[in-house]
Amino acid sequence: MLAYILRRAGQSVFVVLTMAALVFVSVFAIGNPIDILLAPDADQIEREAAIVRLGLDKPMWEQFGVFLWNMLHGDLGRSFVHGSDAVHLILGRLPATLELAIVALVMAALIGVPLGIVAGLNSDSWIGRSVMTGSIIGFSLPNFWFGIMMILFFAVELQWLPSGGRGPTGTLFGLEFSLLNPAGWPNLVMPAMTLAIYKVSLVIRLAYAGTREAMLQDYVRFARAKGLSRSRIVGVHVLKNILIPIVTVLGLELGSMIAFAVVTETVFAWPGMGKLLIDSIARLDRPVIVAYLMIVVGMFALINLIVDILYSVLDPRVRITETAG
Amino acid sequence: MTATLEVAGLSTHFFTRAGVVKAVDGVSFSVQRGQVLGLVGESGSGKTVTGLSIMGLVDRPGRIVSGSIKLAGQELVGLSEKGWRTIRGRKIAMIFQDPMMTLNPVLRIDTQMIETVLAHADVSKDSARERCRQALSRVGIPSPDERLTAYPHQFSGGMRQRVAIAIALLHDPELIIADEPTTALDVTIQAQIIAQVQKLAAETGTAIVWVTHDLAVVSGLSDRLAVMYAGRIIEEGPTAEVLTQPHHPYTAGLLHSLPINNPRGQPLNQIPGSTPSLLRLPPGCPFGPRCTRKQHDCTQAMPPETQGANGVRLRCYHPVAREGAMA
Repeated sequence: MLAYILRRAGQSVFVVLTMAALVFVSVFAIGNPIDILLAPDADQIEREAAIVRLGLDKPMWEQFGVFLWNMLHGDLGRSFVHGSDAVHLILGRLPATLELAIVALVMAALIGVPLGIVAGLNSDSWIGRSVMTGSIIGFSLPNFWFGIMMILFFAVELQWLPSGGRGPTGTLFGLEFSLLNPAGWPNLVMPAMTLAIYKVSLVIRLAYAGTREAMLQDYVRFARAKGLSRSRIVGVHVLKNILIPIVTVLGLELGSMIAFAVVTETVFAWPGMGKLLIDSIARLDRPVIVAYLMIVVGMFALINLIVDILYSVLDPRVRITETAG
Repeated sequence: MTATLEVAGLSTHFFTRAGVVKAVDGVSFSVQRGQVLGLVGESGSGKTVTGLSIMGLVDRPGRIVSGSIKLAGQELVGLSEKGWRTIRGRKIAMIFQDPMMTLNPVLRIDTQMIETVLAHADVSKDSARERCRQALSRVGIPSPDERLTAYPHQFSGGMRQRVAIAIALLHDPELIIADEPTTALDVTIQAQIIAQVQKLAAETGTAIVWVTHDLAVVSGLSDRLAVMYAGRIIEEGPTAEVLTQPHHPYTAGLLHSLPINNPRGQPLNQIPGSTPSLLRLPPGCPFGPRCTRKQHDCTQAMPPETQGANGVRLRCYHPVAREGAMA
């Protein structure tokens, strides 16, 4: 097991390094930040000074070397615009996005898995058909439209939930989390639901397909022949088998939810990382863009690592073949 | 004495879009305590569906349309799902064909065994585990304590089938339905498993319905033999009688096609043609089109069941003649 985790972690490091090179080179190739950062009437001396100050006079490979070296020390550069540390800037926004994504993920699992199983068990009846039709709608609705409709209905018409913003937060290790303060929960509901709606549909379809397949397996027939109750067969024998693909997909989706919650955050004025990225791109704030992408890459690598380890916990066959190899 | 299992006029039909598939059509047989009945037939002859019907495990679009299944006098047809659950695993157990598929791959052996005990007995988890440990050693699994915490993929095929048998034996059932349990195993393992089941059944008086297409397996195992064709039992009788003096041309053809009954170097004997589709059965005897003894009356109506000599039941107008005698 340990050898497996170590080898798997080595792969993750390789991925991060490759992505660092790609990200740095591609961002290096776009635009000239000096044009944007300095006033149009700045003279040549001011330009030269700015170029030296930002380290843009050095050759690209040297900048990359410095970048890598600094990255190893947890420093991804300073924002050209804010003048502050890019990593701190992004991580300061991370808790908001993180808790939004995690709440959405939990919603997706708690709503999607039961609905998918019910639909899979009753695929011929109207229950199964309406769940599956609903999931297609969930797939096809544009995210922002769903968010706006929720605001119209729950915030404007019914006035049950606040229309946007983050609301009161609680503090943990100096970071602010809405989850820690019940007064902040209403603000979380609609953005999380908007972010989750697509994943709910995805999980429904996975659970549906998995359940239908599992119910035809011999081990289910054998479980029935043993005289087990239906709830035991579905809740243990079927559920444990269908969770494997669902955990994999949800793990990957958590990454994409954190990294690309841009639209949802914009609709609900949620002060997360997505908004920061959009602003930084508009201003060609290169260190922030690079730092954002590197954090996202690192996060994806980490999530995949965790998913693979979880996977081997869920499926004993993976564990054995991997440690033997 | 009431028979352990008494099946009378059992018909299980599948209502598909293409029509009604009469997978089992008027099957009757009985098994006494401690006896083994071999249920033999080709794929699609209805032998597996017969086994599943006795377990109440026939799923839509199939259902038992008529007939009766009595377990030690208790009628099973028409039981509620809850009623079936008290029978399954406790009074009737089933062993399936492919041991690779019957154990849940993601659950440990102890989980899968203990849940079977707890489904029917109100005992503590510890005593349930102890019972599972004994069951494993009973079927010849070494170091059962260690094996209990293993996953199915850590067992060989033969060992998995032993585990499945151990699970089937947990509640000392009155009847075991064994659906080709040795087909997927090596011949040596096959022999071990058969010997094991035979021994255990003799010890506990459990009756066994052994479903198979392998005549060699049942010849050494079963007391009686029922040969199925197209959803019906066409010949049934004491094993030795059926195997040495087959009356039905189909049974005779099956025995004739065994490689061991063919001279070396000669092409193997075959029964011409293939099993008919259950959706479009020929009129009269379903074996008619493939039968070398077919006459006009065979195409008119299904031959009725006749009681022959030596306890043999037969559905044939023109049975194979005994040596030196006319039919």
